[in-house]
Amino acid sequence: MTTTTASAQPGERTAGTSSPGAARERRRPPGRIRRIGLPYLLLLPALLLELLVHLVPMVIGIVMSFKELTQFYVRDWTLAPWNGLDNYSMSVDFDAPVGAALLHSFLVTCAFTVLSVGLCWLIGTAAAVCMQDAFRGRGLLRALFLVPYALPVYAAVITWAFMFQHDNGLVNHVLHDQLGLTDKPSFWLIGDNSFVALLVVSVWKGWPFAFLIVMAGLQNIPKELYEAAALDGAGVWQQIRRITLPSLRPVNQVLVLVLFLWTFNDFNTPFVLFGKAAPEAADLISIHIYQSSFVTWNFGAGSAMSVLLLLFLLVVTGAYLFLSSRSRPAAGSAEASRSVKASRTSEEGETADV
Amino acid sequence: MRSIRAAAVGAVTLSLALAASACGGGSSSGGGSNDSPKELTYWASNQGASIEVDKKVLQPELDKFEKETGIKVKLEVVPWSDLLNRILTATTSGQGPDIMNIGNSWSASLQATGALLPWDAENFRKIGGKDRFVDAALASTGVKGQDPAAIPLYSMSYALYYNKQMFADAGITEPPATWDELVEAGKKVSGGGKWGLGAEGSNLSNNIHQIFVLAKQRGADFFTADGKPDFTSDGAVAAVKQYVDLMAEDKVVAPGNAEYAQNQSLSDFAKGRTAMVLWQTASATFKSMGMKDDEWGVAPAPVQSGNPGSGTATNSMVAGINMAVFKNTDNIDGATSFVNFMTSDAEQKILNKAYGSIPSVEAAQTDPAFNTEATAVLRETLADSAAALPQVPDESQFETAVGTAVKELFADAAAGRAVTTESVKEKLTKAQQQMPNK
Repeated sequence: MTTTTASAQPGERTAGTSSPGAARERRRPPGRIRRIGLPYLLLLPALLLELLVHLVPMVIGIVMSFKELTQFYVRDWTLAPWNGLDNYSMSVDFDAPVGAALLHSFLVTCAFTVLSVGLCWLIGTAAAVCMQDAFRGRGLLRALFLVPYALPVYAAVITWAFMFQHDNGLVNHVLHDQLGLTDKPSFWLIGDNSFVALLVVSVWKGWPFAFLIVMAGLQNIPKELYEAAALDGAGVWQQIRRITLPSLRPVNQVLVLVLFLWTFNDFNTPFVLFGKAAPEAADLISIHIYQSSFVTWNFGAGSAMSVLLLLFLLVVTGAYLFLSSRSRPAAGSAEASRSVKASRTSEEGETADV
Repeated sequence: MRSIRAAAVGAVTLSLALAASACGGGSSSGGGSNDSPKELTYWASNQGASIEVDKKVLQPELDKFEKETGIKVKLEVVPWSDLLNRILTATTSGQGPDIMNIGNSWSASLQATGALLPWDAENFRKIGGKDRFVDAALASTGVKGQDPAAIPLYSMSYALYYNKQMFADAGITEPPATWDELVEAGKKVSGGGKWGLGAEGSNLSNNIHQIFVLAKQRGADFFTADGKPDFTSDGAVAAVKQYVDLMAEDKVVAPGNAEYAQNQSLSDFAKGRTAMVLWQTASATFKSMGMKDDEWGVAPAPVQSGNPGSGTATNSMVAGINMAVFKNTDNIDGATSFVNFMTSDAEQKILNKAYGSIPSVEAAQTDPAFNTEATAVLRETLADSAAALPQVPDESQFETAVGTAVKELFADAAAGRAVTTESVKEKLTKAQQQMPNK
């Protein structure tokens, strides 16, 4: 949903610049008009598809959120009575059970997202940095690392569900039977441990993407920077801190945003792992909304919750893009100055050592 | 330049086509017609060991129907995990099959959508009249006092299946008839990795079926007479506690069963890991899991005391599959004649034999195949001591909310946390608060 809004920005910008241009073109020979109009003509199918696939369902969803759309009216939505903001007030009334459950689910999702995105980024970046220098078998390892990302989600997660089983699962077999780390076999798919199970699967599934993107980003850092730094005596940690991370900043900005949106909205992982009723500890917002609409047949309330989720993600994405775009030009120069400084400090370090 | 022009023309054509198709969405209204008299679409529920088995059972019968009437029936067997969602989607969009199977407990909920053809006297006349059907099965076809929303197709009831060898090894001569005897027997066979009773703690519907009966045995219901949720009565709380206590207190159910939702308890039973299981028509499944017919026995499901009967001696829900016709079908005469065919005495015998269930039509029940030890218990339970789940529009929400509460209580029991009357009441209160207010 939110990717639409993110991608809409450049579109808006081009549309904005085109209108005065088009006005000016009117007095010019028709050939020019055709040449300028052609790109827009070619974009038309994509635009219509975009409307059809993204915007129309979104608008319908927003309309639904203002209706009392229960099983009595699903057959003909137009008959469903309007109930104003009732669905919203029910969703955000945190003293009442529905609102309290939504808030709980929201907080669980926030904690889950922060941990998952953080770990995905950390593991992905660490692996990419380790694989930066060529060595024998690097290609093979890279391919191996990408396997979780390439596997179909359903097949991968159902395998995890088998591994997490209490009686016959691999995880308990290793942790309890082989290593003896727990007193008795743990439950992973029900109860409080389900949060850990969900996090493990999510990180396993998500870190290869971070690895892939960071690896691509690393290709763009000139080798000379590292050589210069090494000559100046910078150690590995200093190189990572002063060169790698600052150079990866634009890549990371996009990576973290995308990971955040994917993780926050993740439906497949909890659904395949836990089924229709996720345990409280792992009740992610997407599955909570699914249960509120499909399982209890209250599509109006489900839509209202979806709209609230959309608003939240819009605000977060907007704020993130605003902050990162404002700091970007500064970041560029900061990067340059920092790398200069880096070489300087390492020089200082060297002289100090001397 | 020419190729660019061609591309532009293509783009515009494509856009126009997209716009046109966007406008021409499906129309969901309409009260049925006979525009397409030679074709029907049928969504069958998964009754056999697998979807392939179902296709093998049903296709020859559909061919027979085509021969008789010239109507071709397109069959799709829909797994249980998808069936309700598919029906809801079909209801919303108006793009669905002509006929479908529904779990009989969904009858009232789906009836409320108004998407199903009501079976008034006129429609019943087309399938041989209401009197042909078993009363218990008819009780689970929609809200009382309204025309049924569906027709009973296969009937089932719960029974206690037990492993003869494990009982003999533990010195148990008679299958338990009361819950106390069940717990006692369960304790005798438990030990050394073996357990007394199998349960499906994470299967919401199964949880509901069990606690519904236990509540009935206390004279309690989960809905008031006017259809309002009433989950926290003393009887309801005690019923839920008794069921979860089989794991928490009596320890005759293995803790691992708390996460079972895909019939793992049946495979445990077939492998001789558990001695008993409360199930509906399990014989075909045991056979497919490699268990011989003489290895297991079947007895009526337990009661609190005395013998099974009506009221507090209820020992099963009325389980079963109903057949419903979508109101907006474009072959309404064909659809009713297909229902007539499937509920005919001959077809009822063939289909219920194949699935190990009980015919919903009285005349078909006289066949000797339904008088074997296994089916006789189910048939008698259905006739004498089974009660229909609440026939209220909110039934499916009840299954989700209360089924989840029981699942969470099982999770507590499995983790070794205490399950008390207070904790049960708290979960049920939360479930009740999640029910729609209107």
